[in-house]
This record gives sequence, C-alpha cells and structure tokens, in this order.
Amino acid sequence: MNALYSLLFVFLLVLIPLFGVDAAHMKTIFGVCIPITAFIIFLLGFIYKVVNWGRSAVPFRIPTTGGQFKSFDPVLFKQNKYDCPQTGAQTFVRMVLEVFAFRSLFRNTEASLHETKGGPVVAYKSSKWLWLFAITFHYSFFIIALRHLRLFLEPVPFFVNGLEFVDGLLQIGAPTMYLADIGLVAGVLLLLGRRMINPRVNYISYVSDYFPLFLILAIALSGVYMRYFAMVDVIAIKELTMGLVTFNYHIPETIDVSFFVHVFLVSVLMVYFPFSKLMHLPGVFLSPTRNMPNDTRAKHHVNPWNDPNIKAHSYADYEKHFGPAMAEAGLPLDNPENAGAEEKA
Amino acid sequence: MSDMPKADELFKSIDYTPPLTGWMETPVDFSPGNWCYPAKPEKIEYINSKLPGLWGTPREWSPGDADWKLPPNWKETVVNGFRERLEKFRTLKLFMDICVRCGACADKCHFFIGSGDPKNMPVLRAELMRSVYRGEFTLAGKILSQLTGSRVMEEDVLKEWFIYFYQCTQCRRCSLYCPYGIDTAEVTMMARELMHLVGLNTNWIMEPVSNCNITGNHLGIQPHAFKDIVDFMVDDIEEITGRRVKAPLNEHGHEILFITPSGDVFADPGIYTFMGYLMLFDYLDLDYTMSTYASEGGNFGSFTNNEVMKKLNAKMYHEANRLGCKWILGGECGHMWRVVHQYMDTMNGDTQGPQMATPKSPITGTVFDTAAATKMLHIVEFTADLIKHGKLNLDPSRNDHLRVTFHDSCNPARGMGLLDEPRYVLKAVCNNFFEMPEGTTREQTFCCAGGSGLNTEEILEIRLRGGLPRGNALKYVQDKHGVNTLACICAIDRATLIPLADYWAPGVQVTGTHELVANALVFEEGEERTMDLRQEPLPGFEDEDDNWTPPNAEEA
Repeated sequence: MNALYSLLFVFLLVLIPLFGVDAAHMKTIFGVCIPITAFIIFLLGFIYKVVNWGRSAVPFRIPTTGGQFKSFDPVLFKQNKYDCPQTGAQTFVRMVLEVFAFRSLFRNTEASLHETKGGPVVAYKSSKWLWLFAITFHYSFFIIALRHLRLFLEPVPFFVNGLEFVDGLLQIGAPTMYLADIGLVAGVLLLLGRRMINPRVNYISYVSDYFPLFLILAIALSGVYMRYFAMVDVIAIKELTMGLVTFNYHIPETIDVSFFVHVFLVSVLMVYFPFSKLMHLPGVFLSPTRNMPNDTRAKHHVNPWNDPNIKAHSYADYEKHFGPAMAEAGLPLDNPENAGAEEKA
Repeated sequence: MSDMPKADELFKSIDYTPPLTGWMETPVDFSPGNWCYPAKPEKIEYINSKLPGLWGTPREWSPGDADWKLPPNWKETVVNGFRERLEKFRTLKLFMDICVRCGACADKCHFFIGSGDPKNMPVLRAELMRSVYRGEFTLAGKILSQLTGSRVMEEDVLKEWFIYFYQCTQCRRCSLYCPYGIDTAEVTMMARELMHLVGLNTNWIMEPVSNCNITGNHLGIQPHAFKDIVDFMVDDIEEITGRRVKAPLNEHGHEILFITPSGDVFADPGIYTFMGYLMLFDYLDLDYTMSTYASEGGNFGSFTNNEVMKKLNAKMYHEANRLGCKWILGGECGHMWRVVHQYMDTMNGDTQGPQMATPKSPITGTVFDTAAATKMLHIVEFTADLIKHGKLNLDPSRNDHLRVTFHDSCNPARGMGLLDEPRYVLKAVCNNFFEMPEGTTREQTFCCAGGSGLNTEEILEIRLRGGLPRGNALKYVQDKHGVNTLACICAIDRATLIPLADYWAPGVQVTGTHELVANALVFEEGEERTMDLRQEPLPGFEDEDDNWTPPNAEEA
C-alpha cells in the first residue's frame, strides 16, 4: 500500500507541470520560479540541518570498533587500522572507505535457520546484493549529477567532458547511451524491488521510503525520455540554465514540455531532501561511531556538559558506615575512630 | 527451567515472517516472562537521595498491570527529556534523522535471530523511538504522520519502549553493519534514561546500582564479608597448590590498584578466575592492592543513565588517589571495559591524582602508552605482555583435559577492539584451542543475551532465544572439535553463558581466561599439581579421585 501511494503521488507530480506548462502556459513559473525556490529551500534546509546536528554536543568518543585496536605491541598484535582507527589519518581512511565504498554495507551477511540431522543450525553467509544495488544507484546518481554541471558552467570543466566521454564509452545508439543512465534506472528498480519483495524490509517501509525512490525513478525516466526520445534542444536548455545561474532569466520557446516535467520533479526532490531520510548524505560524515578515532584511553576527550558536581560516594562515608565491621575483620582504617562508631549512611 | 520448551522445539518455533498487521498496530505482549521485575521502591528512594530528579516517583508497580502508576506529568517529562538529550547527544539527533530503513541490521540482532519478533530488528527497535521523534519534533512528522511513520508520545508507546529497550543488550552488533554507523546501544541508552525519568526501571539493574554505591560492589557484599570470601579463596588455592598467596585489601602505598567485577568474588565459575588473578599476582610478587570500597569493576550505572555511570565510575580514581596507587589494573569484564575505554577518562579523568602515571609493567618494564589517559590497563594486556617476555613459567598440558574456544564479549570487541590479546594468552596456556565459525567471533561476535542488565531469571526464555546464535556456534565446535570449555573475558558472560550452554550446547563449561592461566602457571620448578582450580583431577591423576575428599566438603 505504501508503495502504491508513493507511485500515485509521483504520477500526480508529473501531471502538475504537464498541465501547468502545456495548458496554462506557465513556463516562467516552472522554468524559473519553482526551480530557484526549490534550490534555495534545499540549500537553506540542508545547511540548517547540518548546523543543527553540529550544534549538538559529542559528549563521548564512542567509535564502533571493527577490528583489532592499537595494542601495546603493534607487531605482535597487528592493528586493523581502517576498521579500528587510532589516529586522525586512519579515521579519515575509514570515512573514505565508508563514504566511497560503503564499507559497512560490504560486510553484510544473511542469517538463516536450518534443521539438519545434526540438529538446528544457524548459518551466515555473505550477502552483498544490497551493497551492489546501493553502490550502483549512488554512483550513477553522482555521475549524472556531475554531468549536469555542463548546463551550469561555461566553459564546461574538463572533468565533466572527461566523465561524459567515459560514461558514453560503449558508443551505443545515438545520442550515445550513458552507462550511468542505465545504472540509475536499474539501481532504483533493484532497490525498489528489494523493498517490496523482502518481507522484512517491506514491513518497515513507510510512504517516505518509497516516495523518494519513485521520484528519482521518474526523474531518471524523464531525463532519459528527453535525451533519447524527445531529443530536446540542448542548446536552448543551456540558455535557460545559464540564465538561472547568472540571474538573467530567459526561456527559449523551443524547449519541450518534458524538460519542465524533469525540472519540476528535480525541484520536488530538492525541497523534499532536507526534511527526509535523504539527509543520510551529509549525516554519514557526522556519525560519531565512525568519524572518531578509538583513542580515549590514550587521549583526553572533553565532554562540554560534564557535571563536576557528580562525585563518588566518598570513602570517608563508606568507612564511617562500615568501620566497626572493617576493624573486626582486620581491614585497615584511615580514621581509627570509625572502628567504634557505627553510623548509618 | 521446567516450563521452557526444549531447544529443538524452541528453534522450530522461530518464524521470520512479519505479522499481517503493521508494527504500530501490533499489540505488545505484557504477560510475565516478557519483562524484568521493576525496582523495589527503596532502591529508587536511595538513588534518588544521591542523584535527585532522575528517577520519577518510587512506587510499587508491575508491567503486567494495566496501570503503571505513571506520574501525572509523565508525557511532558519524557518529551522534554527527549528534547534535552537531542542537544546533549549528537548521536541521538543524528540517528533519529538519517536511518534509511535499508534493513541491513535486521538479522544482525541475536534477539531477532532467536525470536523472529520484528520489533527486535534493530531498525524497528530504534523506530519505536524515531516515530516519536518525528511526531513530536519534526514538521514533516507532525503534518504527514501516517506517511512518515510518525506518532506522538502515548502511554502505549512508553510501555512498548519498556518491553523492547529491555530486550536490547547494547551489544552494538547492528552498528557494525549499519552504513551510517547507527548504534542501537546509544538509542537504547537514551530510551532507558527517559524511562527512568518517569520511574520505569528494573530491579536487576537498580539494586546493583544502589549496592555499588553503598558497599562498593553490585552484590552488596560488605567489606568484612568480602575479606572472608577472599580468605576462603586463598585457602582453596593453598589446598590446590600448597602455596599461601597474598591477597592485599585496602592497603596504602602500593603501585597498582586492582579492580575486577564483583561477580567473580561471588559465584562459580567467576571465583576460579579471581583465584587465577591472586595466583598470578603472587607469582609475580606484584606490588598491588585490591579495595573493598572500589570492589566493583562493572558499571551498572551504564545501564541506566550517564549520571550514575559517572558517579559509580568515579570510585576508581577516588580509591587510587586515597591509596596512592600509580595506575589501575582492570580484571576481565565486558561493559566495565566499554566504560573504562570509551567513557572513563572523559567523565572522571580530571579527578586523577598527581601520583597517577601511565601504566608500566613492573615486571617487564613495558609502558602502556595506549592507556596514557585513563591510567588503566586490561589484565589480558598485562598478561599477554608477561607471556611475550617469557616471564611466566607455563605448563599448558595442565589444561589438556580442556578443549577450549573463546567467546569475544561484545564490549571489548566492538567498544574497544581487544581481540588478539586474549587469544594469544589462551594459546599460550592451553594446547587445544579452536575458533568458533567465522561470522560469530571477533568484531562480529554474538552477545550472551544477558548484557546491559538483562541477566535475570524472569526473562530466561527471551535470553535463551537471544542466546541461540552464540549457543549454536558453540554447538558447532562442540560437535566438530569436541570443545568442552568456553573461555571468555567477562563476568556477566561467566554468569549468562552457563544456562545458555546448558540449553544450546549441553556439556560445555564456562571459564574465565585467567582461570586457565593459573592452571598452567608453574609456581616453582618441579611443582606438581594433581587438580585444577575447580579441584577436579588433572589428566593422569584421575585415580586419586576415589580416596580424595574435596576440601570444605564438611562445610557444604
């Protein structure tokens, strides 16, 4: 049901620009006003959220250690530097692996129960499907986002040209098919399929889990449609997009309506982003179980709200309380008077 | 354990198919066996007199009743407490926001693997709290509550928290696999802090907390009784080895203060580990003392809130300062070491006296820079260093009747990274060592299902279900390699793994690592022992069993 709602909702979103541009001729609204507003909301919302996280204290240094720590004898007991980092540099590598290679997800296993002749067996096997789906999706998205810089920068930076060249290396079709386009559509479909088919994941999925997937799928498909089927006027579009970044708004007449659908959906994504789980993008960088070295036994870490008034139940009170019994048992007393005077703490 | 289903039956009853109703609509089972007994009012009164305002109203109540006798303003208290903690803990705020519900954590939790209850999937356990976060604190959650899985704080929600945040042992296994490092232990700690504010608590945690504060240890052993028990162990050691070892208590002017969990003073088989420490220290003629005042390494405060955790932990430096010790040696314990390694110096480092210094082994001269801030060393590090330098005369054949495997405790594994040292020590003191299957050891280790204050009888079935992954891995090496001994470095393990092994892998005994060290330790050249620390005959001396009366048999 949650998936269906999300799908319907995305359909409705597609209809809005179709009507708005085709029937109501509100090109300026859909080509300029909405994307700019959405971008501002995205930017402010994103920054607000990250700053807001940053304002929360990090009272304790609590990395999840994923391997052998730095021992007193690093030769005898070899440290697993990147799963159990001890220094800033090692932690940096851990974060790079986490962010760019999805290290933790790569570890994923699947548990299963089996009844065998020898009795019950709980088995674990490596399970990298989710990692594969996720990495396909995220890298494709990332490459496509970078490629879109072509529309906002003049001259086009060399790495964008290079990326396009590599992405289109297979030289299939005209216009040349981009691998990342396939990757993104496939990645979204696989993640969606997994979410719907895996009963456990399905059970924990809300509309807010399906919606971004359907939305990104719609964005990808509208983009694919523009490029491969409608073959939109890219020069005209660049005129528009450069107008956006130079605050010199202009909407050429030759732009196909599919462009406005695409832009509207992207705008929705930008507005949705800061208020949703999609904030895992910046969030992963701030995660205290990953971005801190495992060194609190060696280095002092400051808790900004540490309360100096919380003190131990003092030994003096303890001795007052147990003095006579301690004396009788022959335990040394700091204050010999406590040997006689029994007092309740 | 009479009404427990048999292991095979229990295994067959596990079903991973989620219920037909959504999780918010699925009712919670409040029948006995699903919850720990609430704290006795006097325990709450006591701790409230020491740290006021964190405990709600002391009262008699039961989770089995419809009325939990919550204070009238409970909702406000919980919501405000939640808001306050979002500012105090970035972990909480972040973990409430960034979960994408990918489900990678789902089958990593031992409680889920053994029960199939979807609310034991770490993601859903945290959703119990996240749903409230969204409903109370986020715009999207307030407007689109249905679509975003949001809800506001209600009594049923709080009751559900009580059940499921006391079915998490804070073992952090899920956090290892989470692509964002979301740590359910952290979420559980926060939920428990909030529940304490309105007087939802468990006796198995609060009584130890109160005892630790008054008497210094969680069992409430008073100083003279503590001394009696230690003397008793010294007698036993003499019986076994012929050597009368020193056991200094509360003595000023020693270099080292030794602190270990008090469970080892009290119960079999922990006492053998304790005897192992005494023997090792005597062998080394170590300049150390123990303390009856700081006689608890384990920190039961860490199962309640950060304030008590700090207060109980503060005793360690307080006592080191009083006795003039330079550094602290810590015994085998799980959550004690999580607290020591990741919290202690931050909380109480500023109370270290000027006499304290970076731990340096008086035997080998090794300076342990990795403990430069806390001034506290793990006994396994200490012993591994001794073995490396050849300072221990060991006869591992004395452990030849044992076929040993090693259980990594959650906290040293995932909150510290102490993985290879205990293996090194074990391999030096016993000849038959076998690892449990990959995926169940080291950083991927499975919990004993009794950590974080859940080691109580009334939830035994929950514990045994949660113990399935560990128990099954144990059964595997028992069948394959004839393993009969499960070694560990945790006092809670030494209590919880016994029923777990009896249920899932009957015939395997549980031991501390230093029990095996002391078994193998040759006091002087030519020393011959006929029995191990449990006073069971060593290989080759079985015959003597017939005409040998166990010491203290008359007293028993």
